[in-house]
Parts: sequence; C-alpha cells; structure tokens
Amino acid sequence: MQLERTRIEIVDCAKTYPDGTRGLKPTTLTVEPGEVVALLGPSGCGKTTLLRLLAGLEGADRGGRILFGDQDVTARPVEKRGVGMVFQSYALFPQMTVAANIGYGLLVRGIEEVERRRAIGELVDLVRLNGLEAKRPAELSGGQRQRVALARAVAVRPRVLLLDEPLAALDAKLKESLRDELAELLRRLGITAVHVTHDQHEAFAIADRLAVMHAGSIVQVGDAETLYRAPAHAFVAEFLGRVNRLDRDADALARGVVKLGGVEWACAARSAEASVLVRPEDLQLGARQPGWAAATVRHRTFLGERIHLRIEAAGQPPLVADVSRDSPFQVGDEIGLLVAPDRLMASMETAA
Amino acid sequence: MRSTAAAPAPLLFAVTLAVGVFMVAPILLSVMAGLVVNYSTGLKSGLTLRWLAQVWETYADTVGASLLIGAGSVAATLVLGVPCAYMLARSRSRAARAFEEVLTLPVAVPGLATALALILVYGQMASFRRSFAFILVGHVVFTLPFMVRTVSAAFQRDELVALEEAARTLGASFTQRFLGVLVPAVFPAIVAGCLMVFTLSIGEFNLTWMLHTPLTRTLPVGLADSYASMRLEVGSAYTLVFMAVILPVLWALQALATTMQKRYGT
Repeated sequence: MQLERTRIEIVDCAKTYPDGTRGLKPTTLTVEPGEVVALLGPSGCGKTTLLRLLAGLEGADRGGRILFGDQDVTARPVEKRGVGMVFQSYALFPQMTVAANIGYGLLVRGIEEVERRRAIGELVDLVRLNGLEAKRPAELSGGQRQRVALARAVAVRPRVLLLDEPLAALDAKLKESLRDELAELLRRLGITAVHVTHDQHEAFAIADRLAVMHAGSIVQVGDAETLYRAPAHAFVAEFLGRVNRLDRDADALARGVVKLGGVEWACAARSAEASVLVRPEDLQLGARQPGWAAATVRHRTFLGERIHLRIEAAGQPPLVADVSRDSPFQVGDEIGLLVAPDRLMASMETAA
Repeated sequence: MRSTAAAPAPLLFAVTLAVGVFMVAPILLSVMAGLVVNYSTGLKSGLTLRWLAQVWETYADTVGASLLIGAGSVAATLVLGVPCAYMLARSRSRAARAFEEVLTLPVAVPGLATALALILVYGQMASFRRSFAFILVGHVVFTLPFMVRTVSAAFQRDELVALEEAARTLGASFTQRFLGVLVPAVFPAIVAGCLMVFTLSIGEFNLTWMLHTPLTRTLPVGLADSYASMRLEVGSAYTLVFMAVILPVLWALQALATTMQKRYGT
C-alpha cells in the first residue's frame, strides 16, 4: 500500500483560545512530501495545538494559512480535510469489531462492501492483526489497539497522517519495540506524517526531522543528531538529554576561557555567554595529569549498562559524568577530568 | 497479619439482622394480609384467593395502562432526551446551563404543582384531558431530567469527545457519527436511563393522581383507590398483584441492562 505524498506548509499559524490564552505563537513550518516530522516538547508547549490546527479540529487565528500540496485547506472542516489521525487514547469505537473500526472511514464514504472488505483485508495484513478481525477493542492489548488505530487512520488514504502521542499509553518495554515498528510502517506507507510526542527517544526513532517546541513556539528544527550535538538553545540541549552547566565569572568571560578544577580551557568563540553546556557522556575521566582538571568522585550510581558519577571540581557546581559500567572509579577517588573543546556546547545565554 | 474483615462482629451482625427484619416484616405481613380470609383474625381464618380475584376483576386494566405508560415514557424520553443530552454536554453556554436547571425543576417541585400547571394550561382540551396521553405527558415531564442527566454525563466523558473527533477525521457527517458512533458508545448509559425512567413511571403517584380521570387510572392510582374504598385485604391483594406483575418485568429489564452493559461496556 502506497499513499500520496503531500507537502504540508504551515504559514504564520497562531492559536488564541476564547479565554485569551495563547496556545501557539505565530508558527511557520514546512513538512516535505513523505517526510515524518516530530513536534517535540513538554506538556503545554503548543505541540498538540499545532497538530489540532493541522487536523482542522481547531481553527487558526486570522492570518494563518495551512496548505496541503497546492491546496489551501485553512477553511476546510476536519471532515473534508483528508487527514488520518491516531489519537493518544486511540479512540477506537468500543462497540465495533476490529474490522468495523478499520472500515469505518470507508463505510461513511459509501464505498461498497466488496471493495471495503478487500481494503480491510489489506490493512489487517499490513498491521499484522490477522485473526483478530472479529474482536472488540476491549479484548485487545495496548499494542494491538495502537495498530488498529493506525490502520483505521490510513484506510481512507489520507493526504497527511497525524499522530498524537501514539505510544504514550503503552508501558516502557512495549514502547521501545513498537516505536521501531511504527517508524518502519510509516516508511513503507511513504506518507507525510506529523508526530507529536514529549519523549525524545520516540522522536529520534520515528522522525526524519524534529521541531522542538517551548512555550508556544518552535525553538529549533533539524535532524536528531544536529539537534543533539549542536543545540541552538539551552532548552533544546536540556530537553534532548542531560547536560552539565559550566559557569563563567567576569574574569573568565573577559579572557574567553572556562575555569574548572584549577585549569582553564579556552572557549573564545563563545566569549559572551555566562555558561557553557557539556553532556555527561562527554566528560573524560582519568588519572590526575597536567592539563586535566582536578576533581573528586562524590557519588556513584550503578544503572546496569551505565554508571553515573557525581563529580566535584573547584570553581563549578557538581557535574554528572556518564561512564561505562567498567569504569574503575569509586567514591572519594581523586581524578583528572577533560572535555574535548568541540564538546562544549553553547547555551545561547548572554551574561547579564 | 490477621485480616480484620474476618474478625467476628456479633454486634454488627445483630444490628444488620434487626434492620433486615424491620424492613422485611411489612412486606411479608402485607402479602399475608392479601391472602387471608380475615386480617383481624389472621391465618386462623384460612387462606383465600378471593381478594386477588376481586382486584383483578376491578383493576386489571390499570396494570396494562401502567406498563404502556411506562413504555411510552421510555420511548418519549429517548427521542427527546438523548439529542438534548448531547446538546447540553457539548454546549458551554449559560443558556444551556439554565435550560438544564429548568429541565430538572419537576423533580424538586411537588408533583401536585406540576400536575396543576398542566391542568391549567391543557385542561380545556377535553379529548386530550380525558386520554392517557395527558398522564403520559406528565410522566415525561417528570422523568425526562433523569434520562438527560444520565446520558449527558456519559456524553461529557473525554473519551466520547475523542471518539467524536476520530469519527470526524474519518469523514463522518453529524448524523453518521451521532447514530453510528456516539449513541452506541453511550448505550450502557441510555439503557440505565431507560430503566430509571420506566421504574419511576411505574411507581409515579403524585402527578398521576391529579391528572387521572375515572377512566384513566394507573396502577398506583388504583392502589390508592382500593385502599380508600375497600377492605384492607383487597388493598393488600393489590400490592401482591403489583409485586407479581411489575417486579418480574423490572427484574427482566434489569437483567437485560446488565447483559447489554457487559456486552457494550468499554
């Protein structure tokens, strides 16, 4: 089954609710044909609002435009917009069987029964629900319900697929296996999709590009690796993974360095920022040696595949280092600490 | 650890038993009164079915009338109440809240007052006034809020809002999603509402007593009539008829509702 590939253009779309709260600031985003874009952010950041604007379940403020391909769909009601949507709760029709759920969109379109059955059969194969056609949603597992919801959404051959936290209702183990399955299925369908989530790993696994959202606007758009390695904003760095913050005093700022445990590392390019960020896995630990910062291990947390060490070095707040489980360091060890210069990330916050 | 639930509580048991006996005794005595020849002499006077026969001869038509009006109330509250419940659940306007309050008034206002109002307005339309339809209208006014409240609460649940949105994204028109998705999804609540309406209609007395004519009597009105004008044994036999005819119907409906809810519940 191959679906139409449609470009989505969101132009200056904002959403103000009747009580005056701004759900979404004016936002512009383009999703290329066949691309999967994740809207990623904490709750209340406006990601669900943006998705509902795309679906047509909410109307954008005056001035905003939404285009599917060459067609302006801003004024089109949800029933006529040609979107498929997977809801967080799946919203499966409880009194209908799996087959009836999947075929509902075709039924209301007046597709005749023979054709409907053929399409349902194809979708049941696609999402591997064979043998469950006559079951009701209440009799299915969480993962099976999610697949029914997906099959129902794509059955009507939508131009755009919208996924609202599609894996949030599942437990952690299941989530991990299903996200790869979902990613693979979306690629096979080749459909343009927008995926809302607050889970960065889910976004990394499923989306081609991520739009990180914060307080009603998109902060940064890019592929997962770019965003993780070179965040343009401290919020992006912190939301996508853990970070340590290295503070810089006036002297350090003036001389373009960052001071830590008795050494100074140059970071001239970021001379205006009051702090720089470094990820826990980018801290190199070793024996005390010239040029390395002097530090002490204060706390050790064994996590199975990794170990987290809390480290203190003069002149900075405590840092967290993420090391392999074979790391020899114990609480109280005097160690050396090094960060490769290219692993220092900008915080984009200028000194007050 | 010892389970506290397993600990014997003789006092609690005694109280429960006493309350149980206190409540069951009137039912048993009433049944007995309907079957003995003379209540004042008690069982010694012998058992008879004479009173039952007399009740059936005089009041059989009230049983049918009550069942029909009950069914009519269910039908009318379904047609009026379910769409109304949907509108009230989806509207956040002040007018809708005010309407809901007005709708609930007949539950608080004494039935006699509601009945008087109906008579004042429609009393002159003689053929309507003399028909069972007049009583049916009274029952619908009284039972409608129970149907609307029950079903409206179900329509308001977040999952119902999501179901409707899902149906909309799939292209369903309002009629298609209302009849095909929403009504089936709140079906258990509708069944519960029907049961409540039927039960209330069957037992309704206040309103009905004011609205009835000698030719339009329901079972509770007949019961009052028999208590007022005939021997105590006849009145008790009437209670027996009520229990023998109405209770099985209610139980059957209850069982049906439970099965439905099991089958369609989420």
